[in-house]
Amino acid sequence: MAGWLFVITLVLALVAVYKPFGDYLYRVVSGTRDNVVERGVYRLVGVDRNAAQTWGVYARSVLAFSAVSILFLYAFLRLQDKLWLSLGFDPLPGHLAWNTAVSFTTNTNWQAYSGESTMGHLVQMAGLAVQNFVSASVGIAVAVALVRGFAARKSATLGNFWVDLTRITLRVLLPVAVVFAVIFMAAGMVQNLSGGVDVTTLTGATQHITGGPVASQEVIKELGTNGGGFYNVNAAHPFENPATWTNWIQLFLILLIPFSLPRVFGRMVGQNRQGYAIAAVMAILAVASVALTIGLEVHGAGTVPQAVGAAMEGKETRFGIPNSAAYAAITTLTSTGSVNSFHDSYTALGGMMPMINMMLGEVAPGGVGAGLYGLLILAVITVFVAGLMVGRTPEYLGKKIGAREMKIASSYFLITPALVLIGTAAAFATGNNATALNVGPHGLSEVLYAFTSASNNNGSAFAGITVNTPWWDTALGLAMLLGRFLPIVLVLALAGSLARQKVTPESEGTLPTHQPLFVGMVVGVTVVLVALTFLPALALGPIAEGLS
Amino acid sequence: MTTPTLEKPTTPSPVRAGTLDPHQLRHSLPQALAKLDPRTLWRNPVMLIVEVGAVFTTVLAVTDPSVFAWIITVWLWLTVLFANLAEAVAEGRGKAQAATLRQAKQDMTAYLRDGREIPATQLKLGDVVVVEAGQIIPGDGDVIEGIASVDESAITGESAPVIRESGGDRSAVTGGTRVLSDRIVVRITQKPGESFVDRMIALVEGANRQKTPNEIALNILLAALTIIFLLSVVTLQPLAIFSKAFQAAAPDTVALDANGVTGIVLVSLIVCLIPTTIGALLSAIGIAGMDRLVQRNVLAMSGRAVEAAGDVNTLLLDKTGTITLGNRQAAEFVPVDGVTAATLAEAAQLSSLADETPEGRSVVVLAKNDFGLRESEPGLMPNVTFVPFTAQTRMSGVDLPGRQIRKGAASAVMKWVRQNGGHPTEEAGEIVDTVSGTGGTPLVVAEQLDGQPARALGVIHLKDVVKAGMRERFDEMRRMGIRTVMITGDNPRTAKAIADEAGVDDFLAEATPEDKLAYIRREQEGGRLVAMTGDGTNDAPALAQADVGVAMNTGTSAAKEAGNMVDLDSDPTKLIEIVEIGKQLLITRGALTTFSITNDIAKYFAIIPAMFAAVYPGLDTLNVMRLHSPGSAILSAVIFNALVIVALIPLALRGVRYTPAGASSLLRRNLLIYGLGGVIAPFLGIKLIDLLVQFIPGI
Repeated sequence: MAGWLFVITLVLALVAVYKPFGDYLYRVVSGTRDNVVERGVYRLVGVDRNAAQTWGVYARSVLAFSAVSILFLYAFLRLQDKLWLSLGFDPLPGHLAWNTAVSFTTNTNWQAYSGESTMGHLVQMAGLAVQNFVSASVGIAVAVALVRGFAARKSATLGNFWVDLTRITLRVLLPVAVVFAVIFMAAGMVQNLSGGVDVTTLTGATQHITGGPVASQEVIKELGTNGGGFYNVNAAHPFENPATWTNWIQLFLILLIPFSLPRVFGRMVGQNRQGYAIAAVMAILAVASVALTIGLEVHGAGTVPQAVGAAMEGKETRFGIPNSAAYAAITTLTSTGSVNSFHDSYTALGGMMPMINMMLGEVAPGGVGAGLYGLLILAVITVFVAGLMVGRTPEYLGKKIGAREMKIASSYFLITPALVLIGTAAAFATGNNATALNVGPHGLSEVLYAFTSASNNNGSAFAGITVNTPWWDTALGLAMLLGRFLPIVLVLALAGSLARQKVTPESEGTLPTHQPLFVGMVVGVTVVLVALTFLPALALGPIAEGLS
Repeated sequence: MTTPTLEKPTTPSPVRAGTLDPHQLRHSLPQALAKLDPRTLWRNPVMLIVEVGAVFTTVLAVTDPSVFAWIITVWLWLTVLFANLAEAVAEGRGKAQAATLRQAKQDMTAYLRDGREIPATQLKLGDVVVVEAGQIIPGDGDVIEGIASVDESAITGESAPVIRESGGDRSAVTGGTRVLSDRIVVRITQKPGESFVDRMIALVEGANRQKTPNEIALNILLAALTIIFLLSVVTLQPLAIFSKAFQAAAPDTVALDANGVTGIVLVSLIVCLIPTTIGALLSAIGIAGMDRLVQRNVLAMSGRAVEAAGDVNTLLLDKTGTITLGNRQAAEFVPVDGVTAATLAEAAQLSSLADETPEGRSVVVLAKNDFGLRESEPGLMPNVTFVPFTAQTRMSGVDLPGRQIRKGAASAVMKWVRQNGGHPTEEAGEIVDTVSGTGGTPLVVAEQLDGQPARALGVIHLKDVVKAGMRERFDEMRRMGIRTVMITGDNPRTAKAIADEAGVDDFLAEATPEDKLAYIRREQEGGRLVAMTGDGTNDAPALAQADVGVAMNTGTSAAKEAGNMVDLDSDPTKLIEIVEIGKQLLITRGALTTFSITNDIAKYFAIIPAMFAAVYPGLDTLNVMRLHSPGSAILSAVIFNALVIVALIPLALRGVRYTPAGASSLLRRNLLIYGLGGVIAPFLGIKLIDLLVQFIPGI
């Protein structure tokens, strides 16, 4: 009961902020007045804030910025022992530094390391946390650029990446992060620069109590749907997630931006109902997934859960099953990937839910920005099939979906499944699945989960698999890199192609894209396409395990 | 401008369906076999993959023969063959028509004006030829001298001869048609080998058929789906090997052994999952769409135009002949000053007896219909003098013994009344104003009896008669989201009255060719697609500018060049049908794509347990259809996949049923039939086939 209350209050809170926060985001990305700090930033980096970029320039800006980020972070990690606050930790080996640098720049936050025993405070703050902010801003900026493509009429440009990046970081992410970091500190999260203290426990043993800038990193980890924890056990650690109500706030922060972006979409294209439709698709998928995950875990089949009365293995007693399952679903529905329980220990079918959530393409509601653009691509594909069925060249918001648009949308849609499937097959073909803890279907799930998480830029781990080997670090690094930037380039290309078009006025013959029928169809297309793509692989993993 | 349109049924009717003759299947078989050539098939990537798969399984079946392997192999080949058959049947229907057309142009001789005789194939642009009664016109051109009746049935199928004369909008003649009477001189306007008939033959044969924009976009989606499924199946192999190794004690099946999923089953799975249904039927749908137009005597110069027709937002329709009957007709007799309507009708009829204009005839007919007045033969009446209409008097009439009747424009007749001692009352003037106000034309009738002053009897209300059913048709258009715009040379007031009566959305009054062009440009600026019909040379720029320009076959060569469709029946109303055919074409593609994709769900439920239930017995839970054995399940899925292509050929040729409606209801209906139907149908189909194939020994 408390579990359902937890979910229901979450939904109500998101509904309440949809308009005001969405409108605020809208004003941020479409405003033209700069404040002093922003003007300073533009002058510093030499950006003409009024220079609108074509899609190509916008894409190159994104790529250049991200490339520099990866190089910087890589160097940072390799040199951490030479810098302050390293807490005496060694520099990271090359493959792990590469994996981590890519992971944080791509908003994935896959962690092939254990935070408290690998990273010094400076790297955490100035390296990882910085990427938590800017990689989130990059995602939102790209989504906004796509929406501008829909809203534009015969325009060659999509706005300015540097302005979007600056404004989103300074006006949205930073202020919200500061407010909630203070709340988290009040809740008991750690926030200091201490290297930790050694205490003697009641039993006489010595225990190391860590310190560090946890609250500040925790808040952007959730708000930016990053997911990279300060500690190895992530949000299951009491210093990262002290109580049920901080658990609630964390989920609220995860969902805040992804669920408000459809409002920005609606406002920018001048039809709020289009925003509601997209939000509805996200909500239907999300609510169904959360309910299923909770249901499967609460009534979990399996010998042990039935013997002890609940599937509590791998879950915190502080949170209990519903809050854990809800967290698992939401962290994978968005591209967050932080965890407060261990998905590997879930019942077979319950553990399949996070996987399916990611396989949906992280669209319900998905990562900040990435969720919106991912879902809009699915909407474009739906519009194409549905548009043909009403006897017209398909159009979405007055923009024709022709060969070029379909080429881009189809390629986008191909990328992540290809990465997941090829990666998983490669792991088995090369024997690298051997680092998985388990054999049989569960071992298969562990490998499949790893590639699903990396390619979809989620970053959560099924656990139960050792991934800090050169092969895994390299392969997953590639999956993250390609899974992030190929889609981004395609999204921007689509935006450019849409922006150039004129707008066909709506008529009775136009497919309405704001009605329940269309919402249902997008949900159907999303689910069916995913089911068709991944069912064979899932059949040999969680389904085989769950039905045995 | 157009003659044969008066009696055309214009009541709302959905696009009629074409039919599939079983004989066609047999006749098309050789072509279907020829299309197995990979060089032909590579244009259809989905089916090419099926063929490659079929070759692969053939090799496997030869090296390691089994009943299962051979049956699968045969059905995979049949899948490709069925796809080719669909295309061949669609093409075959055009071929017959092309053969007839070819006959029309065989062995024609051209008689040049300078006396030389050359074969028609050597005619050059600008040559001038003489054609006499009984001869066949050797090439497309314009009549520059003379008038003749021409039998155009070779092209239009219409047996009634048409008149072709020099000058004006009826000067164009088509090569291959026969002059029935008289003699005409024709200047050739075609280049050798590019005549109208040549183009028609190429079109109906689909010789250089190019993919239309939507078809290309759909092909991209299908290619992407194919790649996804290929990946999904190919990457399954290492996972299958791993699983089998884990459960090494599990027995080998036809589907799975220690080397993973067997080649035959892997290919079967790929073929079942990739969108073969739509891939097989896609080109047949396109060809059949063009063919449906040809059956309605419309030639589309490109598939792109047919598709654009489905997208049209604005229809420009000429008033005369399209919305209204060709001419104004008497609609009502309005008497004045106590005169009875019957008296007025009788006088009006008498005055119109010698008037052979359509307006005059309509007065006679109205009097007969409304008042039972039989028309008397002018020749049988003694002492009668008919006064013909002249531009000076602007009235006509009849002089009987002791009685003179005049009929004509209000001002002219009133003047005549006054000159003959009469004093027209206010009433007549008021009625005249009312009739003009509603867009009608008033004709005043007056009489003078010997020794009495002349008096006005009343007014004949002539009006444009809107064709029956047009209002419903336009309402339908509106529901489809199409604006209809009436083009007329009338003044705005008259135009508005007719526009209101017909129920069009807008009108363009006192329209010049430049106005039309400007209107089209304005609509296109706003992102709308415009369709129009036209026949005159001055329509050519607008026809060229419009997204869909339908030229009338009776029109000038310039108009036919400019448009992207030619209507051989010269029926401007047909534009509406063309729009419906365009929509139907797109809907058929969308519906079968949906069907094709949703089919996959059931196939998974057949094949996944068949492949892996031996390793993980729990997966047999997914075998919801309770299929007999792994072999029978896979076989049933493959057979269903092939048979569904054959089953859908008639639908592909005919197009899905289209009833004009708004987008929402169309989507709801098609989603229900082809989406939900696509989910359910294969569950039933595969189960049924399984019930049969389980009796095959070795399955």
